[in-house]
Amino acid sequence: MSDIADRVKKIVVEHLGVEEDKVVENASFIDDLGADSLDTVELVMAFEEEFGIEIPDDAAETIQTFGDAVKFIKEAA
Amino acid sequence: MTDLTGKTALITGASGGIGGAIATALHGAGAVVGLSGTRVEPLEALAGELGDRAHVLPCNLSDMEAVEALPKQAAEAMGSVDILVNNAGITRDNLFMRMSDEDWQSVINVNLTASFKLCKAVMRGMMKARWGRIVNITSVVGATGNPGQANYAASKAGMVGMSKSLAYEVASRGITVNCVAPGFISTAMTDKLTDDQKSAILGQIPAGAMGAPDDIAAAVRYLASMDAGYVTGTTLHVNGGMAML
Repeated sequence: MSDIADRVKKIVVEHLGVEEDKVVENASFIDDLGADSLDTVELVMAFEEEFGIEIPDDAAETIQTFGDAVKFIKEAA
Repeated sequence: MTDLTGKTALITGASGGIGGAIATALHGAGAVVGLSGTRVEPLEALAGELGDRAHVLPCNLSDMEAVEALPKQAAEAMGSVDILVNNAGITRDNLFMRMSDEDWQSVINVNLTASFKLCKAVMRGMMKARWGRIVNITSVVGATGNPGQANYAASKAGMVGMSKSLAYEVASRGITVNCVAPGFISTAMTDKLTDDQKSAILGQIPAGAMGAPDDIAAAVRYLASMDAGYVTGTTLHVNGGMAML
């Protein structure tokens, strides 16, 4: 697993208080990991800070799963 | 006593009577205050009176670029914005049938849109801190209506709806969003009224007197305090009983 994926996973685990092995490629933040819609906003904020990138609102809406987040950040970072 | 030591507060319209009283009350409770307003001189004078823990942050809220820059300037000066008081407001009174689009839009822009932008900009820091207080200063006329003030009343009622919706969204993050709705308060604005106008107004106020800026400041200080942590989405009417809502 890449360094970016590890860092994203750490943020998700810390923020949502979920087990690390639940955070898999297709895990949906809302449906599988118990996030509410405001949690997803906070996750995006945390990704922006961790990776020093800006995630516009329309892009943030497309980030639904752990895999989506890793893919977006790899392309943006 | 309310203790806001270590908290930072941004107050718009701090050059006016009510805004100045709010800033003084929060500062007196120990907060660091950011004084915003269009007129620099009264802001500097107020900062001089308050002494330490007061920062002057001039901003014209009808200039949307300046509105967007203000939260950043406040965070740079104070380190954070824990408490936001949207107090600044303008009026462009006219009979509805004579109200121009510009009269309408300028009041909505300054009173409602600038408040929206400031709330949004400070929300990130409050969400991270899991603590925040927003107090929006509305008006009794937002609830009752007032002839000649369709734009102003709409902007103030709009702030109430915005505050309630935001309060819903961020309550779980330790952030409260409330309104304080003043009735008639003695300020430079009411000093211009004639004696006849004043007595007509007083006839509608069970308390028999206009309120003072400090009456509003005390309500804001309460809503900004730790004590008010379970109070959110509400409007505290401070009007001497003229409208019991």
